Amino acid sequence: MAAPLTSALLYLDGVSVSFDGFRALNNLSLVLEPGEMRAIIGPNGAGKTTMMDVITGKTRPDTGDVYFQGTHDLRRLDEAAIAELGIGRKFQKPTVFDAHTVEDNLLLALKAPRGVYANLVHHLSGAQARRIDEILETVRLAERRREPAGALSHGQRQWLEIGMLLAQDPALLLVDEPVAGMTDAETAETAELLRRINRTHSVIVVEHDMHFVRELDVKVTVLHEGSVLAEGDLDAVSADERVVEVYLGR
Amino acid sequence: MIARALVSRFGPLVGIAVAILLALAVAVPALNLLVPAGSPLHVPTHVVVLLGKWLAYALLAVSLDLVWGYCGILSLGHGAFFALGGYAMGMYLMRQIGPRGVYGNPVLPDFMVFLNWTELPVTWWGFQSFPYALLMVVLAPGLLALALGWFAFRSRVTGVYLSIITQAMTYALLLAFFRNNMGFGGNNGLTDFKDILGHPIQGPGVRAALFAATALALAAGLLIARFVVTSKLGLVLVAIRDAEARARFLGYRAERYKLFVFTLSAAMAGCAGALYVPQVGIINPSEFSPANSIEAVIWVAVGGRGTLVGAALGAVLVNAAKSWFTGALPDYWLFALGALFIVATVVLPKGVMGLAARLRPRKAPLPPQAPVPAQQPAE
Ligand SMILES: Nc1ncnc2c1ncn2[C@@H]1O[C@H](COP(=O)(O)OP(=O)(O)OP(=O)(O)O)[C@@H](O)[C@H]1O
Ligand SMILES: [Mg+2]
Repeated sequence: MAAPLTSALLYLDGVSVSFDGFRALNNLSLVLEPGEMRAIIGPNGAGKTTMMDVITGKTRPDTGDVYFQGTHDLRRLDEAAIAELGIGRKFQKPTVFDAHTVEDNLLLALKAPRGVYANLVHHLSGAQARRIDEILETVRLAERRREPAGALSHGQRQWLEIGMLLAQDPALLLVDEPVAGMTDAETAETAELLRRINRTHSVIVVEHDMHFVRELDVKVTVLHEGSVLAEGDLDAVSADERVVEVYLGR
Repeated sequence: MIARALVSRFGPLVGIAVAILLALAVAVPALNLLVPAGSPLHVPTHVVVLLGKWLAYALLAVSLDLVWGYCGILSLGHGAFFALGGYAMGMYLMRQIGPRGVYGNPVLPDFMVFLNWTELPVTWWGFQSFPYALLMVVLAPGLLALALGWFAFRSRVTGVYLSIITQAMTYALLLAFFRNNMGFGGNNGLTDFKDILGHPIQGPGVRAALFAATALALAAGLLIARFVVTSKLGLVLVAIRDAEARARFLGYRAERYKLFVFTLSAAMAGCAGALYVPQVGIINPSEFSPANSIEAVIWVAVGGRGTLVGAALGAVLVNAAKSWFTGALPDYWLFALGALFIVATVVLPKGVMGLAARLRPRKAPLPPQAPVPAQQPAE
């Protein structure tokens, strides 16, 4: 394996993505250190989700570098390979497997071999069953474990998808708008949960909810028109005039 | 006792279906061979053959349900896999004729002598051996599915485009097998079979044995399919069916799972074809006709997609209706079939199995069935 190009866990440099001439990402650079949690804010259409698409292999950048753990060039890998490397994702629109029960959704996400044969002969181990029980408690879905995920409310689907991230146990979690559709109490709990997750995992959170971002109490990156407008702690970026103008002052 | 063991391992539906098939495999041959022809309990040979044919179709339906119901691959070419299995069996049966053909050639089938061929084409080598023929019954459709799937799934061809490709595949094979120089008997196909494993193929004992073999094969097909869909791999298949992109982001390589289940299903369809051919006594290129594959889709839709047992039931019910119609109102069968399909999709989205479940609500969990088969793109 080649020597790491950078000590950063995630390294984006000069990344641009165009859709039919429209620049969704414009020379975006972002560095995430191991163990860091980063909040990303920015107006609608700023390119936050597109950035996650680039990191997870859904969208190929036109230009720029994307490295994970300094050695893995994410531009060359497909979604499954990137997931196997240890990057997990919660989608903006909660995406779970509706036909499967809550616990089967977690089982599918649970860290385990992803090959065809391994899954054909898979037997649920005691440790795996306990882990699923634990996660069900954490995301408060223990009572509904045998119901199809399609029957859950929007907020519960958010929680289930967060639970799937926990089950997947990736080194880096990309969490896109986790508290949309949640009550204030649930939002506070989610912030607390993410802080707990951050003790052992690196996290990138995209969120519009400023109370939530404040509770996370981490470095904030402001995206605007596909590039970084400002970076720093929340108070510093909130004081930035350009940020107020394009985003906070709406 | 067997039934109870089956139910506890494979669930009530498949367990009961397999128990019934095992009983049929014994009872139908017994009532045909042992009960005298005058008795009301006697099952005449033509009925044995008809039932055997339906069960072979049922196995084809189960194989199709495995890919369509559980992985969202709407194959409109499964008839091709069925026909390839049938041809492999037909080639064995042709070579069993030996010197008893019209031209008396000990090696070459009649149609080759007629075409002035002097040597057996390579494709026919080995088919004098029954085990080799059985291997080809599975390998020929399996390898075709593997090759087609490898290209299609890797390029992420899905939905209606994939359906069109499978339909084109069976149509291309239809045209190819029509050609005399392909060496598979041209438009006449393969027929006038004499023996199977040294026994006269028209004899009542062989008829009954073929029926029993088909019932057992269908039972085995149901058990294998049920084992696959109830494994964790089965969960992955349904996940791919409903949200392929999401499954990829969890690290599952959708193309490999599809390739596995498509190939398994094609091999199963091949077995169905191989059991069908000795019972009907002929295999010709019309078995590749796209309409056959579409009919199989209708069986599955009528019986209930994603239920396995429903697919088998649908095949039997639709073919029973077809037998009745072609006797009573031959001109109206296609209209009836079309109407059946529309009724099944509009009124009974889960087919006969869904109707049964609605009439008698039970706690037995049906296999996961998504309300909408369309893919929901992960954002
Ligand atoms: N696949 C695509 N094809 C065309 N345009 C796209 C595509 N994906 C994103 N865009 C456009 O790129 C821009 C950035 O979109 P993106 O979803 O990344 O924004 P966002 O910052 O996540 O916004 P929001 O806060 O609304 O979620 C938007 O204008 C969007 O319309
Ligand atoms: Mg977004």
